[in-house]
Amino acid sequence: MSPTDTPLDPPREPQTEPQPGDGTAPAASAALLSVRGLRKSFGTTRVLESIDLTVGRGRVLALIGPSGSGKTTILRCLNGLETADGGTITITAAEADPAAAGATPAGTGTGTELTVDFGAAGGPRDKQLAALRDRSAMVFQNYNLFPHNTVLENVLEGPVVVQRRPKAEVTAEALALLTRVGLADKTDAYPFELSGGQQQRVGIVRALALRPQLLLFDEPTSSLDPELVGDVLRLIKELAIEGWTMVIVTHELEFAREVASEIAFVDGGRIVEHGDPKQVLRHPREERTRQFLHRLLNPF
Amino acid sequence: MTQSNWDLALSALGPILMGAIQGTIPLALVSFALGLVLALALALMRLSRLRWLSAIARVFISIVRGTPLLVQLFVIFYGLPSLGLLIDPWPSAVIAFSINVGGYAAEVIRAAILSVPQGQWEAAWMVGMSRRKALTRIILPQAARVSVPPLSNTFISLVKDTSLASLILVTELFRQAQKVAAFSQEFMLLYLEAALVYWVICLVLSTVQSRLEKRLDRYVAH
Repeated sequence: MSPTDTPLDPPREPQTEPQPGDGTAPAASAALLSVRGLRKSFGTTRVLESIDLTVGRGRVLALIGPSGSGKTTILRCLNGLETADGGTITITAAEADPAAAGATPAGTGTGTELTVDFGAAGGPRDKQLAALRDRSAMVFQNYNLFPHNTVLENVLEGPVVVQRRPKAEVTAEALALLTRVGLADKTDAYPFELSGGQQQRVGIVRALALRPQLLLFDEPTSSLDPELVGDVLRLIKELAIEGWTMVIVTHELEFAREVASEIAFVDGGRIVEHGDPKQVLRHPREERTRQFLHRLLNPF
Repeated sequence: MTQSNWDLALSALGPILMGAIQGTIPLALVSFALGLVLALALALMRLSRLRWLSAIARVFISIVRGTPLLVQLFVIFYGLPSLGLLIDPWPSAVIAFSINVGGYAAEVIRAAILSVPQGQWEAAWMVGMSRRKALTRIILPQAARVSVPPLSNTFISLVKDTSLASLILVTELFRQAQKVAAFSQEFMLLYLEAALVYWVICLVLSTVQSRLEKRLDRYVAH
């Protein structure tokens, strides 16, 4: 990222830049995230059977599906919070992003491509999981802000303490981000003093400040009071329009239809159906997708 | 109380307070500080993924909690010399009390670490922290808040337990009272006076505890 970029600019590949919602499948070369054969069991329970996913740079993938279907586990594997039992995850950094290029000490692959192979003997090393985390940032369902740190400290923790970037520079960037999401007057507040919607916006700013390649949202509005959902969804939509690459686990179908470039329906640890949002939501091919949508749209 | 009793109590106050200032208080402070370091190490060992490390800590804690402090004190001061290891009263007391605090506080600290929600670890890892950094910057500050009340209990117990050091010839509060009592034969008066001084020290500690709790509570909803 060049110094002239504003803090909210996503890392870009200069030549290819598919717009969200344009309906075209990204070229393989533009894939930012590529997941192949991802498997995961908890004890004897198989949570992920074999997940294949590709997300192009600047595109938004929404994962929908019943609870317990494995969609959150997919997200947690992408961020290295769960260690998959098999399969590979590849995240390719933008060529134009020297920070990301320098942040990949571990992992195989050439240049800015990082591949973690979970099937390798002995599993991936901690270093590889750390490298995976360097490239993505997660927004949690329950915010998980650090309660003993102020709003500003929450945002600075990663960039300053872990990434060791200059504090003055990061602070300016963090303040710009907080102002942008309407929290300029809350920088010195502690999380308990904020509403759920405000806390989640801090969670999003904390993720953005890490300058990730990929943003991961785990049901970002599920813990919010209904009247606070709108602000957070609007912010996520803005980020999508700006070209951030995102994977969003959500139950908000209307939001998914509007923001996502593609939707994957996950059930029983598999991707049952994957495609254009309108097609998946309006004209699902699979019976299971139809049943799920029917239940969600007709709860009574 | 007669006039002569008052005079005796007053004149005994000097040596008793001296015992507190030179013996009881520094003994408690030094032992508590060392004990906390040991306790943190034991708590982390208990939480380690390495089973043998966890087992060592478990056995250590079990022995410390399962044997009387007085026996531990005697083993170190009167027992070790028979193995050729002669330790002075003061360091003997510090060793025994530190080990004792370590054993008890280890479980307090372990519980406090476990009380911090898993989501805090995950958020720390998400922003790129290693386990060590997550522990020191995110988990322990939150665990500290939870552990202040139980650790204060441990400290207050320790202050009173230091009276056992009188039995291995450490000049502290209770030993000073004993000396005056033996000399004057006014046992009731002097032991009550000693009890009163312990109580005042513990009152002060309770005040410190509630201040500390308030300070650490500044980021929690009330």
